[in-house]
Amino acid sequence: MARQITLKDHFFESRLVMNRAILLLVGGGILLAALLARLLYLQVYAHEHFTTLSEDNRVKLQAIAPNRGLIYDRNGILLAENLPSYRLEITPEQIDDMDATLAALGEIIEIRDSDLSRFEKLRKRKTRFEAVPLRFHLSDDEVARFSVNRHRFPGVDIAAGLARHYPQGSLAVHALGYVGRIDEKALQELDSSNYRGTTHIGKIGIEKTYESVLHGQVGFQHVETTAQGRVIRVLSRTPPVSGRNLYLTIDSRVQAAAEQAFGDHTGSAIAIDPNNGDILAFVSLPTYDPNPFVNGIEYDDYAALRNDDRQPLFNRALRGQYPPGSTIKPFIGLAGLEQGVTTSHSSTYCPGFYSLPGNSRKFRDWKHTGHGTVDLNKAIVQSCDVYFYDLALSLGIDRMHSYLQNFGFGNASGIDILGELPGLLPSRSWKRARHDQPWFPGETIITGIGQGFFLVTPVQLATATAALANGGRLLQPNIVHAEQESNRNDLLPHRPRIRDTISVIDQQHWDDIIKAMTDVVHSARGTARRIGEDSPYKIAGKTGTAQVYGLKQEEKYDAESIPEELRDHALFIAFAPVEAPQIAVAVIIEHGGGGGSIAAPIARAIIDAYLQESPP
Amino acid sequence: MIITLTPHREDASRRGWQYRLHLDAPLLFTLIAVAAFGLIVLYSAGGGDISLIERQLVRLGIAFTCMLLVAQLSPVTLQRLTPWLFVLGVLLLLAVLIRGEISGGAQRWLNLYIVRFQPSEMMKLAVPMMVAWYLADNRLPPNRWQLLASATLIAVPMLMIAKQPDLGTALLIACSGFFVVFLAGLQWRLLAFFTVLLAAAAPVLWHFMHEYQRQRVITFLSPETDPLGSGYHIIQSKIAIGSGGLLGKGWLNGTQSQLDFLPERSTDFIFAVLGEEFGFFGILILFALYTTIVVRGIMITIQAQDTYTRLLAGSLSMTFCVYFIVNTGMVTGMLPVVGLPLPMISYGGTSIVTLMTGFGILMSIQTHRKLLAT
Repeated sequence: MARQITLKDHFFESRLVMNRAILLLVGGGILLAALLARLLYLQVYAHEHFTTLSEDNRVKLQAIAPNRGLIYDRNGILLAENLPSYRLEITPEQIDDMDATLAALGEIIEIRDSDLSRFEKLRKRKTRFEAVPLRFHLSDDEVARFSVNRHRFPGVDIAAGLARHYPQGSLAVHALGYVGRIDEKALQELDSSNYRGTTHIGKIGIEKTYESVLHGQVGFQHVETTAQGRVIRVLSRTPPVSGRNLYLTIDSRVQAAAEQAFGDHTGSAIAIDPNNGDILAFVSLPTYDPNPFVNGIEYDDYAALRNDDRQPLFNRALRGQYPPGSTIKPFIGLAGLEQGVTTSHSSTYCPGFYSLPGNSRKFRDWKHTGHGTVDLNKAIVQSCDVYFYDLALSLGIDRMHSYLQNFGFGNASGIDILGELPGLLPSRSWKRARHDQPWFPGETIITGIGQGFFLVTPVQLATATAALANGGRLLQPNIVHAEQESNRNDLLPHRPRIRDTISVIDQQHWDDIIKAMTDVVHSARGTARRIGEDSPYKIAGKTGTAQVYGLKQEEKYDAESIPEELRDHALFIAFAPVEAPQIAVAVIIEHGGGGGSIAAPIARAIIDAYLQESPP
Repeated sequence: MIITLTPHREDASRRGWQYRLHLDAPLLFTLIAVAAFGLIVLYSAGGGDISLIERQLVRLGIAFTCMLLVAQLSPVTLQRLTPWLFVLGVLLLLAVLIRGEISGGAQRWLNLYIVRFQPSEMMKLAVPMMVAWYLADNRLPPNRWQLLASATLIAVPMLMIAKQPDLGTALLIACSGFFVVFLAGLQWRLLAFFTVLLAAAAPVLWHFMHEYQRQRVITFLSPETDPLGSGYHIIQSKIAIGSGGLLGKGWLNGTQSQLDFLPERSTDFIFAVLGEEFGFFGILILFALYTTIVVRGIMITIQAQDTYTRLLAGSLSMTFCVYFIVNTGMVTGMLPVVGLPLPMISYGGTSIVTLMTGFGILMSIQTHRKLLAT
């Protein structure tokens, strides 16, 4: 009986297990069907979507930064180049413990706090997969030391690149400018697609002005990469177009001679070719070395430059506005002649001071004893103030203003360096607009000797001198002589541009002014006779002394209130050779004292450097 | 109704080589086919590394040898050994917990000086064997006390393994134990009750989970929340499979796989390589082979002659089914990432040896049957 029950159970159990097994199989079948549905969704329905994602994964568009154009001087001497440079880069994604990695790196390569803070800053702007530079300009030693230890630092790599370098250091830095890392602000103003892959941009000077020429056109390549971003192969490539090289009008020998001639003086000098407006020397002193700016100057070093009383960062040639002082006298004299207010033969008596009719206030001459009877020639040669007080009053501010405007005073010269200031050529309307006051005759008088409101920049003064030298062609000064496509030999010259032609009413007037300026240098009583004594060629020049307080335009003119410790600016304008001028120069030395003794020798040195060492 | 049993000594020569070697031909050939397919996929997933294939071949050799050896043991012997095997397994698990080796953040290995041994692998077989042994001793369906005892037999090793922590294996072991109980006739009412209980226990379970396990669940629910972190695996494997399309990108041509975008591509995520390079049709071939194995296992179950072998064969077959469905479900983003390899294809692990040993048991059950005459 028991055996029968067991047999019955056995049958029941066999049926039970079979039923259950089939149920499980059906259940498995349902799961499998769900899985297949899922696969159909992924592989058929959403196939295109995932194909796109897979291509995006695989193929990356990489920007290839173009090589920045080089900058040469007019004789082909390199002023800005691109040097191979090694930088240390870290890919945060591959680093487990960033602090430990940085600490370990610090033991083999010098890492300063400023490197770390820059690294942190750059890191925030990039994704975890992008390499972030930690150190720039690794030395060969450092590269070697890291290479030996590379296995210890996964995710840390040395990347080679080109870094801007200025082989001449501080030479002509105020013209050249420098490049720096693209910052947040610059990024918004840029054509972002053309700057993909570019890390540096011109910040100031020619580097900034000619940014679009120097930069070139970005290239692209489609690359197949691994998940780590390692490039497996290049699928297609559009090469970048390198930026154009620039040949400056600057003659670096003249430039160096000029900077040297200044010694420790603070000031500016511009040398210009009066035939075409080429800037031969562009001096603003003191200078500074642009190289530290390329990858971000140390904060302390920058603070030192900023807080320097002599303001090395200030571009005096372009933005320094000085009263022209007596250097304006040849222009006023020419105005008087051309406008028929005076003649070369009429003379004025100089008792050492001048006063307006019916006014007791005296305008003093620099020579207290007076120059006696002076004609125009003598007034320029000896720089008689009284003669020009009288002439200015006869001309009146309106005629003076309109004639001086012809020489470019009061307007930006248009030189191809950004940031130029326009100076100030005062007029009735200007005074009404600026100070809401009428023009006073006393102001006309001091404008006649380049004081008062009158302000010029060194570039303006040199341009005006060049116009005097070339017989009335007001040229637009240009600092770039030619461009050159990369890998091409032919130069694409920049044409000289004439802003204005000053109408010559009588050539004799011009000749008389130039004769007077020549006498400034070459006559026995000339204020700059010292530089004329041994000159192998004839130089026409004019000294000037500008009172410092004049920088403050709002102050009313009052000779008695000049603080004694503020020495005058020394100025000198010149061109040579007088017969066929090849160079015009304007020199300004801040607090230099007398124009004839300090500024003129520097002008002579510049002229010598150009005419003797580099004969045309 | 009375069935007379007339046991014959089977005539080995009449029933062919399979019976002499105690091998089941359909199962054997399908397994070989899967292994061969697996090697082809692995070659691509490993980036053409032939030494990887050599090591996998050695492993397969060991696994097939184990299968052959176990198939020689009769189910009666297996049944007799079952309790000892289970006790040994639990003791070894205990040893692992106390002084096991930590590898990859988990304590799973026992260093036996000659080989490193993973007791949890042994339990994949020992647990269903033990539950089947226990239930087959009594009348089916099991009563409540027997169910409780079975639950204990499953829960103890499972929790010990979950503690290592090895959630995937713990889950598989729980499944294999559950299948035995279900096959034995677990009442539907109780099944419904336990399902509700499990759902209620989920928050408690969540509380006991490791942080990385929780992260996996979160990642499963929304992989896009952390595309570069834990969601990366799932996103990349979906891209791989999806971009494979119907026909695939071709062997060795999967960009996701070959360019390193797919993580764990020769181990847990190898299915994505297959999906990318062989497409939907390639997957269909693999699924057909897997299904053949499962169906054959269920046929063996149905043909088995006593309760112990039936319960065991059914459980082993269905556990294999769960195994590949969980892995493929996880790789296609249907299930959370639990860290289970694709059976027979993923590189490495002792799991392949366990798996083949299990098939050895199935073959033993099939080939040690006595002929029945009705």
